[in-house]
Amino acid sequence: MAAPQAKPDAMELRLAALEMPGGAPWALAARRDALARLRQTGLPGKRDEYWRYTDPSSLTQASAPRAAIFKPEDEVPLFRDIDRLKVVFVDGVFSAEKSDDLAMAGIEIECLSGALSRDIHWARELYGQREAAGQDPVARPLAALNTAFASDGIVIRAVAKAAKPVALIYLHRDETSDAILHHLVRVEPGAELTVLEVGPAAARINKCMEVDVAEGGAFHHVRAQGRDHERRAVTHVFARVGAEALYKSFTTTANGVMTRNEHVIDIVGDHATAHVAGCALGDGATGAFHHDDTVFITHDAVGCESRQVFKKVLRNGAEGVFQGKILVKVGAQKTDGYQISQSLLLDDDSSFQAKPELEIYADDVICSHGSTTGAIDETALFYLRSRGVPTEVATDLLVLAFLAEAIEEIADAALREDIAARLEEWLARRRQG
Amino acid sequence: MLEIKGLAVKLEEEDKQILKGVDLTVDAGSVHAIMGPNGSGKSTLSYVLAGRGGYAVTEGSATLGGVDLLDMDVEARAAAGLFLAFQYPVEIPGVSNMVFLRTAVNAQRKSRGEPEMSAGDFLKAIRARAKELQIDADMLKRPVNVGFSGGEKKRNEILQMAMLEPKMCILDETDSGLDVDAMKLVSDGVNALRDAGRGFLVITHYQRLLDHIRPDVVHIMADGRIVKSGGPELALDVEQNGYADILAEVA
Repeated sequence: MAAPQAKPDAMELRLAALEMPGGAPWALAARRDALARLRQTGLPGKRDEYWRYTDPSSLTQASAPRAAIFKPEDEVPLFRDIDRLKVVFVDGVFSAEKSDDLAMAGIEIECLSGALSRDIHWARELYGQREAAGQDPVARPLAALNTAFASDGIVIRAVAKAAKPVALIYLHRDETSDAILHHLVRVEPGAELTVLEVGPAAARINKCMEVDVAEGGAFHHVRAQGRDHERRAVTHVFARVGAEALYKSFTTTANGVMTRNEHVIDIVGDHATAHVAGCALGDGATGAFHHDDTVFITHDAVGCESRQVFKKVLRNGAEGVFQGKILVKVGAQKTDGYQISQSLLLDDDSSFQAKPELEIYADDVICSHGSTTGAIDETALFYLRSRGVPTEVATDLLVLAFLAEAIEEIADAALREDIAARLEEWLARRRQG
Repeated sequence: MLEIKGLAVKLEEEDKQILKGVDLTVDAGSVHAIMGPNGSGKSTLSYVLAGRGGYAVTEGSATLGGVDLLDMDVEARAAAGLFLAFQYPVEIPGVSNMVFLRTAVNAQRKSRGEPEMSAGDFLKAIRARAKELQIDADMLKRPVNVGFSGGEKKRNEILQMAMLEPKMCILDETDSGLDVDAMKLVSDGVNALRDAGRGFLVITHYQRLLDHIRPDVVHIMADGRIVKSGGPELALDVEQNGYADILAEVA
């Protein structure tokens, strides 16, 4: 009699579909450590408290669910008019042919595989290190999986003010592509760097970015996740922010059946600033939409400021989630922490779940958080219409006004206008359709 | 221009009749004033004409230039030439005054089949009109009515009116919350728009505004009806003797 076959668990199925890339001994050790972390925690499941509002199954299953390729028609690509260093990935694979030469004043830049294959490299102090630190107090298994198996990525070290932004352009060409990308960014003392990200990357992307901003450095991050309706994404940004350093990250998401964006920021130097913001727009009529922003900011230094500004516009059954935490450690006096998460529900079918948290162990701090869910203000709508503005246009004006506080978080005016124009177009298209 | 016949209106939510048969005709080129005690239905009349939700017309009609107003969307009424200067102008954070006005002007032009105004022409026009109303460039850039004083809000209403060039202007207690100087400024703005092709309906509690904006006809409204109409002297009568005598006379 044959023994009953044990049901292979989800973890083994997922791992069986992956292969650990080679590299220098230190890199392999970092990958194996990450795998050990993953085995210890297991993959996230529906019962995990941290995944209470987002079903991780499509992000953890062995292969990527199919995602049709989005055709942008005659639309102008985002950031096109911004002078930038282009780094192109096709379905998660770096394309030297489509990219600019990887060289620019103010920075050192190379592919992840190159950095991880050499014995002496600054990346050694970063790869998997921020991610490992970010596993406590909440496990982030998909980030550990990323460190263990990431097949490509970019490694950037800013040593001065970068001559222009580095734009990571993610093309999606294969309907079943399943990509794992891992980027490393180190901003040296007093240096300044802007990283742009645009595109869906793959049918399913697991993306991790570890960022270390040293004393007095400045890092600006502006990303637009791809509009492919069926694409799935889980992203983690792990950042360490040093004394008097500036860290600013903004994400816009329009469409996408599943997105989970995690941000883990440790403020470790005095008088540092860390802002993280996002706009998500979902319309269930053009494809299911689920968007989850999960943020964890730790203040472990004196006189630092952090802001979380997240806005979501949801309609026709679109779902939004926000989990945001500010942890102020013992001694992190004069902390100024602010968190706002708001959703605009354009109908009764859409939903927004928010879990704001504050945990404070210092007594001389200012921390505030707020979360609102609401509809379009009828009085404002009537006022605009009474001046002849058609209902749909007036609604869009009010939606953009709602998003404004988040968009304002983008420091650069040209980037800000580019993003605002993209959001306006998204709204206008729905008006015509 | 504006023709209201037997207009009866109740609140949608509760069975409360506010207007009980209003008859009123405002010809092009004329200024009519409506006065009346609190709760007589003056503001309701202005909201119903502009198309605000929450009211149900139970009887009667209202036409603008022969076209049925009550059947139109709010924005269509505006494009047809109706303008309501709000008693309480609405604050809209995040929408700049300039963007709002330009969108409104061009939306109206578009719906009338006219070419849109270029950015340059618009800027020139709004600057000239803002200057007359002592509205500075900063106020134009700021979000609509946000942080504006009472006087600034009312001047902003008149600026919108001047830019939109409506055929029929309804001013709902535009004098409320204004000091003497501001009232003069607002009135000058209104008077500058007086034109043979344009009608005005000025709703007010006080004769004072009518010293600045001289009406051709004054109506007294009470309990959802226009109970008496006359010349400018009627407003003076109210100022001196209150409503009691007039109401007793028509009762």
